[in-house]
Parts: sequence; structure tokens; C-alpha cells
Amino acid sequence: MITKSKKIIDKIAFGLLSPEKIRKMSATRIITPDTYDEDGFPIEMGLMDPRLGVIEPGLRCKTCGQKVKECPGHFGHIELAMPVIHVGFAKTIYNVLKATCRGCGKLLLPEEEIIKLREDYKKVVKRGNSTAAFAKEVIKKTSKVTKCPYCGREVLPVELDKPTTYREGGRKLTPAEVREWLEKVSDALGDDLRLLDINPEVAHPEWMVLTVLPVPPVTTRPSITLETGERSEDDLTHKLVDIIRINQRLQENRDAGAPQLIVEDLWELLQYHVTTYFDNQTSGIPPARHRSGRALKTLAQRLKGKEGRFRSNLSGKRVNFSARTVISPDPNISINEVGIPIAIAKELTVPIKVTPYNIEEMKELVKRGPEPEPLEGTIYLPGVNYVIRPDGRRIRVTSENAETVAERLEVGSIIERQLDDGDIVLFNRQPSLHRMSMMAHKAKILPYKTFRLNLAVCPPYNADFDGDEMNLHVLQSEEARAEAEILMKVQEHILSPRFGGAIIGAIHDHITGCFLLTYGNKVFSKEEALYILSATGYTGKIKEKMTGKEIFSKILPEDLNLEYKAKLCNSTEEECRKNDAYVVIKNGKLLEGAIDEASIGAFKGKIIEYIMRKDGSKAARKFIDKVTKLGIASITLIGFTTGIDDEDIPEEAQMQIKGVLENAKKKIQDLIRAYREGELEQIPGRSLEETLEMEIMRVTGKARDQTGEIASRHLGLDNSAVIMARSGARGSMLNLSQMAGAVGQQAVRGERIHRGYHGRTLPHFKKGDLGAEAKGFVSSSYKSGLTPTEYFFHSMGGREGLVDTAVRTSRSGYMQRRLINALENVRLEEDGSVRETTGKVVQFHYGEDGIDPTKSIRGKAVDPELILKEVTNE
Amino acid sequence: MKFDILKHTLVPHHEILSGEDVEKLLKTYKIKKEDLPQMLVTDPVAKAIGAKDGDIVKIVRKSPTAGTSISYRLVVKKEII
Ligand SMILES: [Mg+2]
Ligand SMILES: [Zn+2]
Ligand SMILES: [Zn+2]
Repeated sequence: MITKSKKIIDKIAFGLLSPEKIRKMSATRIITPDTYDEDGFPIEMGLMDPRLGVIEPGLRCKTCGQKVKECPGHFGHIELAMPVIHVGFAKTIYNVLKATCRGCGKLLLPEEEIIKLREDYKKVVKRGNSTAAFAKEVIKKTSKVTKCPYCGREVLPVELDKPTTYREGGRKLTPAEVREWLEKVSDALGDDLRLLDINPEVAHPEWMVLTVLPVPPVTTRPSITLETGERSEDDLTHKLVDIIRINQRLQENRDAGAPQLIVEDLWELLQYHVTTYFDNQTSGIPPARHRSGRALKTLAQRLKGKEGRFRSNLSGKRVNFSARTVISPDPNISINEVGIPIAIAKELTVPIKVTPYNIEEMKELVKRGPEPEPLEGTIYLPGVNYVIRPDGRRIRVTSENAETVAERLEVGSIIERQLDDGDIVLFNRQPSLHRMSMMAHKAKILPYKTFRLNLAVCPPYNADFDGDEMNLHVLQSEEARAEAEILMKVQEHILSPRFGGAIIGAIHDHITGCFLLTYGNKVFSKEEALYILSATGYTGKIKEKMTGKEIFSKILPEDLNLEYKAKLCNSTEEECRKNDAYVVIKNGKLLEGAIDEASIGAFKGKIIEYIMRKDGSKAARKFIDKVTKLGIASITLIGFTTGIDDEDIPEEAQMQIKGVLENAKKKIQDLIRAYREGELEQIPGRSLEETLEMEIMRVTGKARDQTGEIASRHLGLDNSAVIMARSGARGSMLNLSQMAGAVGQQAVRGERIHRGYHGRTLPHFKKGDLGAEAKGFVSSSYKSGLTPTEYFFHSMGGREGLVDTAVRTSRSGYMQRRLINALENVRLEEDGSVRETTGKVVQFHYGEDGIDPTKSIRGKAVDPELILKEVTNE
Repeated sequence: MKFDILKHTLVPHHEILSGEDVEKLLKTYKIKKEDLPQMLVTDPVAKAIGAKDGDIVKIVRKSPTAGTSISYRLVVKKEII
């Protein structure tokens, strides 16, 4: 049903409620802390009084006569026996007290100065400047006054004892005294209250000291009935019960003429309850707790923080037409697609308006009902879940009524069709840190229960398949679909605005596969070439014998000309040319070089970037779809495996590594001896100890590098692990040398491990031992296994890494949120300047160079080298 | 001897815009003076070049992205009123 709001909000004004206003808007005075009687009926003038609104379906409100959902609820009130300070205004009260005289309530400034301030205030308002900042200056001026210029009363220093206790000249002021004072201020200042940033039309200072407490309607604090039939009350109700109880006792004691001390104690207790009722995290007082020990969630807690009203119900909220499930890979769908389980597709719907042009078609659709039988050879056929008639009535389509609903279908109705192949949906993975975290995909309905996505889109979402879940949203309007299609489709995000390069591209086995295919001059038979190329949908000619490079060339655009160093390359151009590590592509033919991460990888893929810039997003998408399939077909055909024996190195190499480590240890001993004997040469600006540590770190670092170098000498490109590392598919040579050679020095806070026991790291070592083993040097390899002490040191280093990431993510999350909130209204104008919504200039030329980083070449507007090559080659 | 801050490497080039150029600037960006970023009259550079309240200062900076970039600031008096 479409409901229209009857009232339009024109403006919102903020002010304070006066006691009279609170009483006037109150439906009833609340006097008893009890809520329900034995029969379960709400007690009159209790906290659940039926006049405060209805929460039980079927009942009518005693105040307005409306039913649940219609009745907004009504306020009640509590008459406080003694006034209490409102914590939310403690600071404002403090400011007013500081700036005024207790004797006459006037502003502590001479007449002529006030006259001038009135003029200044007018200017502030006219210029739209901050009246709060102005008030601060006024209060600052009054602080120097020692005697009231009007009544001559001595001005005593006022202090605020947080949260709600005021002192004048060291003597405590009761809330009643504070209120008296504020009343005087109200009377004496009148319109001059504006100088203190208080609008007398809507707020009087004395209203900040409560004498009447509004009781929120039951609709804001509904009680819930547990399965056992027991009633459980809202935290606010609990708090109000406390307030009423203490209020009653205070009243009784005061009326009975109890000793001043008892009355004061109860008064303070009432102040405590009212304070925690507003904010249960007020600093300086213990939070009020539930019987179970849980802190109560009172008014401020409902609004504040991540779980508060703003961040969890206003800035972000739960939505319809969305789904969430585990993700898994599907190399056979396009990067533009997303696989959606049938069960989800049946729940998610797209609204379609019935027009004279499509009514027959729509009738057929509705006739299918919500559970149509799939056609022969297919797995899914979309049905219709709801029909919304022109009058707004929503009819659930069932298998039984489908026929009749279809017959009665009129133009102007809307049918909610189940999701179908090709529908545009938004796909998202948290944390949504950049715009590529939410992209538009084309739906593809698949069996089983997971969302399926192409592996090439894992990098922008930062997704893997170890249990990650993702969200999906179905767009509901034509505008939204058009916008998503044009701006948010995956292919429009191949280049990242983060660094102006490809963020979508081949990963892992795609890279290994293409590398195996193109490295060296492997020759493939016709059958093999056919197997690989058919996977990409290639339909052209195939030769009797083809090299891997020729096969790869088939998926390259014909006018592609590129030259660059491959990932494999680790030295000069000439050197790399010899090792097949320099890629040369001429007229769409791969002539030299192996294809690896530098060519097709996400983050690095030169070919992808180039095609994207030259031929556009569609061509780039097609290339990525092909190259991933080509890679997988190649690796499947050629075969690829890795195991721990990939890190095997010959005996002789192991001896060499041992030698290097021994040598390093000896060098460290020498350094320590030199240090002890005072022969160590001090590095300028460092203490002797620091010098020693730095020297030792250098030795251990060098030793690790050397062992790695020895290990890699025996790990060639015939080794699977090395192929993955060198081609950029997965892992690094450092990982390998740590597995095969030695793990190396463990560090905490960038220093050798030094904490633990007194004078040593572990009880296994002598006190004062500065040697390699005692300070966290791991000379074992991951493969040979670590000794217990080495393992412990390694865990220390590893823990620091974990803590670092945990701290970093939380801190950068907070930083990002503040940035987003600060920058959300800044936009780029047509003239290239960056402006606020008010038109104020932030930047005269976006980014100073006016370059859209997405369209830049790795941040630069042009790539002169590439242009030069293009011009000279052709 | 007083150090000339305008000669410091970290201080970009500042100059007071002539009335004619001010007109042109406001016209090209279709803005009012108040829409410009601001700098205080008490700013050491403003003092050094003798800029007064209401002047517009042209600043030419070195830019890592564009080589040099030009921006403008309105000189204002600090007042909470
Ligand atoms: Mg994961
Ligand atoms: Zn009502
Ligand atoms: Zn006075």
C-alpha cells in the first residue's frame, strides 16, 4: 500500500522544554514505580499507563483512540521532589554561572560594554558567523571581573565538579540554589541572553535545572514478553522506575522532616539516577547496571556510536531486495556476471510496469505463478511473486490464484517478477573501502547455494573463498539500472582511480598458465592448440604446430604494439632479452618474452591497461575473459603441481648455507667481543649499544640474503614454486629461501628480540648473552623445522604482525569515516574547480593538474615513452 | 637583520592581485569574493607583501602533479564578530 505523508516538514527548531510545557503535553502524571498489576494489566499513573500509548495489537489508545502503529504515543511526567541538574546542559549552566552575578543575576560587564556587545552580536548574526564563538569571547571577558558592576557583590570563582556539582568560592551549590541563580539571570538579562548564545524565546537558563521530568511514551520503550510468558521491560523503563522510587523516598523523608543529611543523600541519589537516565556513560560516575551486571542502555546510548540510531538506523539501514551468502569461484562466467542461486533468485524481484504494449506478455508471466516448471533443458524459469494493482493493493501470487490474477491484470499494475538472467544487480563485499567494493553485475541464475564470481574480480573486492560472504542488491527503477549499467558495471572499473592501472586482471593459476604457455619456445600440436584456444571461444585457423607465443597471440587485438620488461626480468633490458624476460608485441603478435604478472596480472597488467585505454572497456573485458580461460586451459593441459620437495636443495648447498650461518654467528661474536673490549667504532649519533645492535642486524640481514641467494641458485625455472614466484602468480623468492635456506632474524619493534626474563630472553640462555641465538636469530629453515627457542621467537615476531594489522585496520577505518563525512559534500564542477555545496572553492583545478586518476597512466597524464615508441615504430 | 621569509624555499610565491585581475578572476569562476579560500591579514606572508583586508592574493606553488599550480586567497581580518 502506498501511504502518503500528510505533513511536510518545513523547518526544525531546537529549544528547551519549560516545566509548564512538560506538564501541558503530558497525558498523565506518573506517581507509582509499579508497571503491571497481578493480572497483567497496566497500573494507572504507573510507567505503563494506557494513556501513554498502545503497544499491544488490538487495543486502542486511551488518549487518542488510535490503534497500534497509528498512535504515536504520548508523554507523561514525573514531578521531582527536588530540582536536579540536566547533565546535558552542565557545561552551559557552568558558563552562565561564570558570566553572571549571583546577587542580581546581571552580566558581569559594565553597561557601556554590554551596549557595544549588543551591536557586535547583531553583526555576528548578519555575517552568519558563529554565535557560539562570540559567546565564548563574552564569557572570557567576564572572567576578569572581581566585583559586580551593578550590585557591588564580590564575584566568587565558580567551579564545576564533573559531572553535575557546582561550587561558588569552594562552597557547594545545591541544584535548587543553582536554579534560583539562573532564574535571576533569566529575569535580569532578558534579551541579552543572546550574548551568551541562549535564545530567550525558546530557552530559559533555569529550565536546564529540572523540576519536572518528561516520561517518554511506551512506544519508545516497549516491554517484550519472553517465551516463558514473563515480561521484560526496556532499560529506559528500569531507569524511570529507579527515578520514581528515589523521588518518592525523597519526598516522604523531606515531608517527614528527616535529618538534612539523609535528605541530601537521597537528593544526590536522585541526581545520579536522572544523570544516568540521560547518559549512562557520564565520566566521573559509575554506570547504572542491570541485575546481571550489564550496563543499562539509556537515552544517550540509543543515539551514540556504531550501534546508535545515527550510524545503524539513519546513515545505514537494512534493506529489502537484497541477499547475502557465501561466495565461490566460477572461471566460466564473465567478469561482468555474477552467479545467483535459484533459491535466492526466486525471492528477489524486479518490478515491471504493465503497459498496453506488454500486457499480454505480462499476463503470460503472471500465469506462471511463483513456482513455474523450468523449460526442457533449462534449470530455471522466473515466475511472479506479487502483483501491485493500480490502487496500491498488493496481491501475493500463488500457484492457485495465478490464473485468475493474470486474467484480471490491468494496465498500470506493477508485477514483481523473479530475478532472471541478465538483470542488473549490485554486488558488494565489506569493508567497502573504495568504489570497486560495490559494482554492477549481470545476474546469471545457477544451481547450488553460493554466489559465483569470476576470479579476476577477486582483487577489487579483496575476496577469497575461505568462507567470505557477499551482499547483492536488485535495482528497482529504470534510472537506477541505467546508472548502474553505465557507471558501475565491472568492466568500467578495470582501471583503478587509486593508481591509474588495472585492478581487475589475471591472478594465481591464470598467470602460471600463461607463463607456462609462453615461456621459452614450447611447441604444441594441433590437438593441444585446439584444446587451449577453444576454451577462449577462438574460431579462426590453427596451424599443424604452434608455439605457445603464437597461441597467446590469437587472443591479442591485431593492432597491439607494446614493449616492456616482464615480471621475470630482474636486470637490464639486454640481459632480459636473452632470458625471454622482455616482452615484445608487434601488430598483435607476441614475438618475444614470457607472459606473466607484468602483462596480465591484476595491479600490474600492462596489456590489460593498454587495451582498456585504446579500445575501451568492452574490449578489455573480452580480453580478460579470454586470457583467464586461456591460462586455465594451458595449465590444465601442461599440468602443474607444487609440493614441499620443491624446496629441496642439494646437500652441498645445505653445507654452504650452514657455512654462511656459522660465519655470521662468528662475526656477531667478534662484534660482541669488540664491544666488550671497547674497540667497537661508534656510529655518529648512536650509543655504543645501538651501534652494536645495528652492526649485528646488518650481519644477520646479510646472512639471510646470502642463504637465499645460495638456495635460489639451486632453484631454477624447472621448479614449480619458482615458476609461481618469478612469474608473480603467488609467493616470492624470499618465501622460498626462508623455506629452503634459513628463516633469519626475528624482530619486535624493528629490534632484535630482547624482552622476556631478567637479562635474557628465555631461561635457556645465560644472562647478558648478546649472541645470535639468544636474540631471536632463526638459522633453521621452515622446511627443516625450527628449534623450540626459535619457534618461540618466531611467534613473538608473528604476534607483532597480527597486532599491527588489527590496530591499523581499526585506526584507518576511523580515519576513513571522518574523511568521508568531511568530504561527502565536495564535488567537481564543470569548470574543473572543486567546490563545496555553497559554492566555496576548495581547489581551483582538480588535483592541481585536472587529471582524473582513473584515466591517467599510473597517475601521469601522458606516457611520453609509449607515445615515442608508437610514433617511431609505425 | 630580519630574515626575508619570501625567500624561504617552503614559502610559495605570493602577489596581490590588481583590481582588474580580481574582476577577471571572479568572472571566470562565477564566484563572489567570499567563496575564495581565505588567509589572515596577520599571516606572516600577508604582512610581508603588505596585503590588506579584502585583497586577493595570487599564490603560485610547485605542484607534484602539475608542475606549477595557481590558487587565490582572500585576505581577511580575524574576528569572531
Ligand atoms: Mg577470506
Ligand atoms: Zn495515542
Ligand atoms: Zn550583581
